[in-house]
Amino acid sequence: MKRYLPLMVLMLLVLLPLAGLSTYAMHILILVIMWSVIGMAWNLLGGYCGQVSFGHAAFFGVGAYTSGILYQKLGISAWWGIPLSIIVVAAFALVIGFICLRLRGPFFALATLAVGVILRVSAENLTGLTQGDLGIMIRTRTWVGKTWYFYIILALAAVTFFLVRKTIDSKLGYYFVAIREDQDAAESLGIPATLYKSIALCISGVLTGMAGAFYMNYMGYIDPKVVFALHDISIVTIMVVMVGGAATYWGPIIGSVIMVLLAELIRSIPVLGVAYQTLFGILLIVIIIFLPNGIAGDWPKLKRLFGLRGAS
Amino acid sequence: MTSAQLEVLLQTLIAGVLLGGLYALIGIGMTLIMGVMKIINLAHGELMMVAMYIAYLLFSLFHLDPYLSVFIAAPLLFLLGMAIQKFLINPVLKVESILPENQVILTVGLGMVLANLATIIFTSDYLSTPVDYATKAWYLSDFWRSSPIELSLSYPWSVSFLIAVVITLCLGFFLTKTDLGKSIRATAQDSEAALLMGVNVDRMRVITFGLGSGLVGAAGCLLIPIYYLYPDLGGQFTLIAFVITILGGLGSTVGAIIGGVVLGVFESLTATYIGMGWAPVGRFVIFVAALIFLPGGIASLLQRKRFGR
Repeated sequence: MKRYLPLMVLMLLVLLPLAGLSTYAMHILILVIMWSVIGMAWNLLGGYCGQVSFGHAAFFGVGAYTSGILYQKLGISAWWGIPLSIIVVAAFALVIGFICLRLRGPFFALATLAVGVILRVSAENLTGLTQGDLGIMIRTRTWVGKTWYFYIILALAAVTFFLVRKTIDSKLGYYFVAIREDQDAAESLGIPATLYKSIALCISGVLTGMAGAFYMNYMGYIDPKVVFALHDISIVTIMVVMVGGAATYWGPIIGSVIMVLLAELIRSIPVLGVAYQTLFGILLIVIIIFLPNGIAGDWPKLKRLFGLRGAS
Repeated sequence: MTSAQLEVLLQTLIAGVLLGGLYALIGIGMTLIMGVMKIINLAHGELMMVAMYIAYLLFSLFHLDPYLSVFIAAPLLFLLGMAIQKFLINPVLKVESILPENQVILTVGLGMVLANLATIIFTSDYLSTPVDYATKAWYLSDFWRSSPIELSLSYPWSVSFLIAVVITLCLGFFLTKTDLGKSIRATAQDSEAALLMGVNVDRMRVITFGLGSGLVGAAGCLLIPIYYLYPDLGGQFTLIAFVITILGGLGSTVGAIIGGVVLGVFESLTATYIGMGWAPVGRFVIFVAALIFLPGGIASLLQRKRFGR
């Protein structure tokens, strides 16, 4: 039963557009799936390999701009950005890894944060390539309806899920966890830590970049402040994983459902809309103090808390 | 080099050093917390923003000079920092979790809350304290009539710089000569050994976080006559403080001072010769260069010895 759960969820999601959901509901669904892709990608690096990145917006933005620049400068369909972003983001991730993976723990986190900011400022200033603050707009959308966008991001999510799962179940995954638990010990056992951290960063970055390229196609407009946003992309990515549960398969998915719905809910109430960052921040603090391993990670704890009567 | 070019260069260097003095003060606060706690406080810039709003309120309500508000804002920030450490970070230190960076992420959440609350209370308008000496400056030609080049020294910038130097000297005295300061340094070097020597490590952590917040609070008060104030200002200063911490060497106070000045000069050179918009990139070029060529920071050059990891 448990083995077939991912397939069952996938089938359910494949059939979902047939139910004739409203455009808004489809939009929310697409966002949820996009965020779970980013969350799963981050989870591979942050949750399993223990390298907390505060700069996943960098990969997201590079993916989105790969797509956008293709469209803007070469006049090719922006969809080519998704395959191309694999190469571009992988190369970029190797460079970032070469610089940032020298650092450990919080310093790696902050270095990636700086990378995100460098890219934002560069994208704002390199007006010849990126149009600067004007942003890039796709003038004709591929489809008016949302169904095809939904299937494309769903396919990406399915690939991400199985890729992360296969990686973690393989020898690579054990190396990642060993590095997370104790890098020095892992190195002394003969695991070249920097190499495997670079691999994790590369896979994670590429998946995030593909989500970014999808975002460009789906939203039809990007500018540096949107795709390289610190709070709205990088921090939300971390929150998706923290809320759902780091180093669990389902955590990022649960987290993205909660975070996207919560964000929509908060923004739809005008009084709360102003304070949404405060509410997110408080949620983050509460989660860290009371559920440090997220909903999926601390599931037994939650069950004990709410199911005391049923158990005894 | 013509005299006009020389003038621009010298003027840029002066501006850079003055800016660097303030950066150093911000960086020292972070490096202290870093040394003792082994974590990066990502709400550092936001704490400075809070201090700036305190100074702004004092100015607009009581017409208190921003420089005098150092004496009110810095102690308030000291208390705020102690409260954050005691009630938020210390409990998280004891929580078992997969990710060791929980405390850092916690400070991110804290920063978000502070910045957003400031937006709600003060709106996101740009504010400033219009002091009457804001545009005053000293000119070289006033002192030396036949000077071939003309240099100016902004009055608020130089006063801020001097106060920053005084605060830094006081801090240096505190850290090297008093028992409390020595206990803080002992905790930074080896918290377990310090514990065995009878230092109350938990208390030192609380005091250090307060001290770091107080320092950045003082820096905020010194910055407000010069900068505009808006709620999202914190983020960029957090990054500046972080770059200084890396450049100076993790946990090293002297390194942070030199790092701050180097960063200030470099940034002001970028702004003059490449373009205003690129100044933040210049900052990170230094950061990346420091990581690649000088991973131990300036401190490793100074003493060939590294604190922390």
